Amino acid sequence: MSIEDLIYYLFIALTVVPAFITVMTQSLVRAAFSLLLTLVGVAGLYVLLGADFLAIAQLLIYVGGILVLVLFAIMFTRRIEDIGYRQWGARRATAAIVLGVLFALSFLPVIAHEWTQIPGERQPTVARIGELFLSDYLLPFEIISILLLAALAGAVMIVRKETKE
Amino acid sequence: MSLTGFLTVSAILFSLGMFCILSRRNAIAVLLGIELILNASGLNFAAFNFYNGQGAMDGQIFTLFIIVLAAVEATVAFAIVLAVFQTRRNIQLDSMTDLKG
Repeated sequence: MSIEDLIYYLFIALTVVPAFITVMTQSLVRAAFSLLLTLVGVAGLYVLLGADFLAIAQLLIYVGGILVLVLFAIMFTRRIEDIGYRQWGARRATAAIVLGVLFALSFLPVIAHEWTQIPGERQPTVARIGELFLSDYLLPFEIISILLLAALAGAVMIVRKETKE
Repeated sequence: MSLTGFLTVSAILFSLGMFCILSRRNAIAVLLGIELILNASGLNFAAFNFYNGQGAMDGQIFTLFIIVLAAVEATVAFAIVLAVFQTRRNIQLDSMTDLKG
């Protein structure tokens, strides 16, 4: 097993195990922080897939932006009574098992299919992505900047309290 | 390190995210599940892009768009959650039955 395989399994463990913790834990703060570990693991997997800019963008946007937003939201909406909820009844366990079987059945044909795998070579991608954003993907790029502006304005407008004039 | 390995990880993340959405009572926990699902799909795109063997970057560009859209959706979703909390003082999804029936 080469070093690359070892790092691959390490990042997979870093991705999947905290995802389990996110789903199973009762504490919301613990769920948010284990989601942070999952996002870092996914960023590592992006590096293994030769997507270096994508990994850094994942860390900056997801971990540094979205997760901080999640933690702020958790802070602002805390209540004392978020405990005492019986987490694992028989109904939830059967739901988990049924979902697991369903997903295994639906994902197995995809995973067992004989994909033509030609591993590409890992090169620096920033310049190429920049070129593509300004040539082939110009329209989605501009639209997404407008979308970001709209989301910013909309989010502020949603949370703003109405002041009686 | 193979394509099926990455697809399996992405499938596991998707299943966990779906279970998180369906079984949590807190609105923010549901949004954590949504983030898991979006990450799974982005990982799928990046994996197929790497194992294409033609040096194309389209999968990575799509994953970038997925990341940006996840940020946008998280912003608006948390704004809605905060607005609901301002009026109701709790965000347990069981109690939000105003539109029911």
